[in-house]
Amino acid sequence: MPADVGAVAVLAAFLEASVRIATPLGLAALGETVTERSGVINIGIEGAMLAGALASAVAAQALGAASAGFVAGGLAGGAAAALFAFFAVGLRADQIVVGTAITLGATGATGAIYRAAFGATGAALSLPTIAPLRIPGAASIPVIGAALFHQTAPTYLFFIAAPAIWWFIARTRPGLALRAAGEAPAAAEAAGLRVSVIRTRATLFGGLMAGMAGATLVLAQAGTFAERMTAGRGFIAIAIVVLGRWNPLGVFVAALVFGAASALQYAAQALGLTVPYQFFLMMPYAVSLLALAGVGGRAHAPEALGKP
Amino acid sequence: MMDLILASLVRATPLLITGLAVAVAFRAGIWNIGAEGQFYAGAVMAAWIGTRWGLTSPFAALLLVPAAAALAGALWAAVPALLRRRYGVLEVITTIMLNFIAEHLVGFLVHGPLQEAGHTYPQSDPIAEVVRLTPLADSARLTWAFPAAVLLAVLAWVFIERTRPGLAMRAAGANPVAAAVSGRIDVGRVAWVSFLVSGAIAGLAGAAEVCGVTFALYERLSPGYGYTAIAVALFARLNPLAVIPSALFFGALEAGAAALQRSAGVPSVAVYAVEAAVILLVVGLQRARQLSDAR
Repeated sequence: MPADVGAVAVLAAFLEASVRIATPLGLAALGETVTERSGVINIGIEGAMLAGALASAVAAQALGAASAGFVAGGLAGGAAAALFAFFAVGLRADQIVVGTAITLGATGATGAIYRAAFGATGAALSLPTIAPLRIPGAASIPVIGAALFHQTAPTYLFFIAAPAIWWFIARTRPGLALRAAGEAPAAAEAAGLRVSVIRTRATLFGGLMAGMAGATLVLAQAGTFAERMTAGRGFIAIAIVVLGRWNPLGVFVAALVFGAASALQYAAQALGLTVPYQFFLMMPYAVSLLALAGVGGRAHAPEALGKP
Repeated sequence: MMDLILASLVRATPLLITGLAVAVAFRAGIWNIGAEGQFYAGAVMAAWIGTRWGLTSPFAALLLVPAAAALAGALWAAVPALLRRRYGVLEVITTIMLNFIAEHLVGFLVHGPLQEAGHTYPQSDPIAEVVRLTPLADSARLTWAFPAAVLLAVLAWVFIERTRPGLAMRAAGANPVAAAVSGRIDVGRVAWVSFLVSGAIAGLAGAAEVCGVTFALYERLSPGYGYTAIAVALFARLNPLAVIPSALFFGALEAGAAALQRSAGVPSVAVYAVEAAVILLVVGLQRARQLSDAR
């Protein structure tokens, strides 16, 4: 029946979009999971993501390779996180205040650099982009094939990073040290661990992942840079960490839920629903609120989270 | 030069009011990053009353608009306040989420229910004359909102520093555990009320902007006042009286940046990087002093 074929196609497209949208959210959220498990909440990853987005655009254009842009994005995110770590870990200043400043600063710096380099009106950049990689055979599976096996490299990185980070945190000695720094820093310190070093590394890793998430937005999705283009995705990533209960595998699933919530917009358009588009734009933020309300009180945050 | 001074004062007005909102919340230990959304709630309320209620009495407008805008801001803050109180959800993220929701809600309103009569532009009709604030100077949109904001800062200072509830608020913010153990302070209640008051103040800023400067509602009405407000409040070290010069400083900075963009082509968004540097400098120096004192 043609109607069924249409519904299947809409569903397949919806799933494909869900995974695609989930990728930058998930990469940033997995990085933030590591940061938060060390006892640091970095709300500056929104700024790290933005820095990564701009750096990836500049590097990809200058060097003519999307891969170079992706690396540059990660490094820029790491640099933003380094600035955060200097104040929030090194000087033990309040993490919320410093994180807000990093995001504000990244908004200003990326906007100014972008306008200076590419003009005030933002002439469309033509960047080398990351093309989807088709896994032969598997991509032909009905409904879920395209969603799982016809995606860009950052999505496969997201698929691999979730179990890898889970294994690192749950099963390795440095992972144990990371958890100790986040749950009982004084005891960890007494046991000979250097908590500030662990937290700095965990923060840098979170920035690196956020930077790559920003690069994914530019190189694998939008194909260009726009001011404030992260639009709160870094903050949503922090909500995803809570929803995933600070467990990388839970975070993986939570990111997909958020991807699906955002992808509803395209599905609704395909199905011809007439809801004002602004309500779809609100969806990820509203889902964040609901998710935090549902999970917030019961989830167990790292004991020393946010305490300098 | 006179133009630039007036422009700075106009720009300082919303920063002063939202800066107070942030200072009040932070003093009570509430991380309200949502002044931006609460500002929009107040702005929407002012625009709705100004375009749809058909008020004719200036006195009614003077009483009604600020009260309704403050209520709207408080209601917008009530969502994260409730989530914090009932479910223990950290308000940092929820207030930010509500900022984005508020922005899109304004987008919907100016394309929908509040759109101007011609249904052409994404903005509201101009608000009625009676709800507009009287200008203090002919050439600029500097209104009575500015001296009123200064008065509000003085009142906030008196409340926080010189009254018993203000003391409870400071105690709850400085050390919630000790305040709760003392048995005399209901920390949860103090936090709840402070959160709503903070939202109400930010709502007033939105109404002041619509009734004094823009006379209409549109998307991106705020160039990020609610975020700059955090820099304003921290630069003032959360002291309401110090928020006045702090807001003037940032108002001049932003007005100067806008003027520089027009004359020299320097992107005005760069001002946010300067504000971030100010925040980091303030907290960095504060921490460095504390660390050297501890030695």
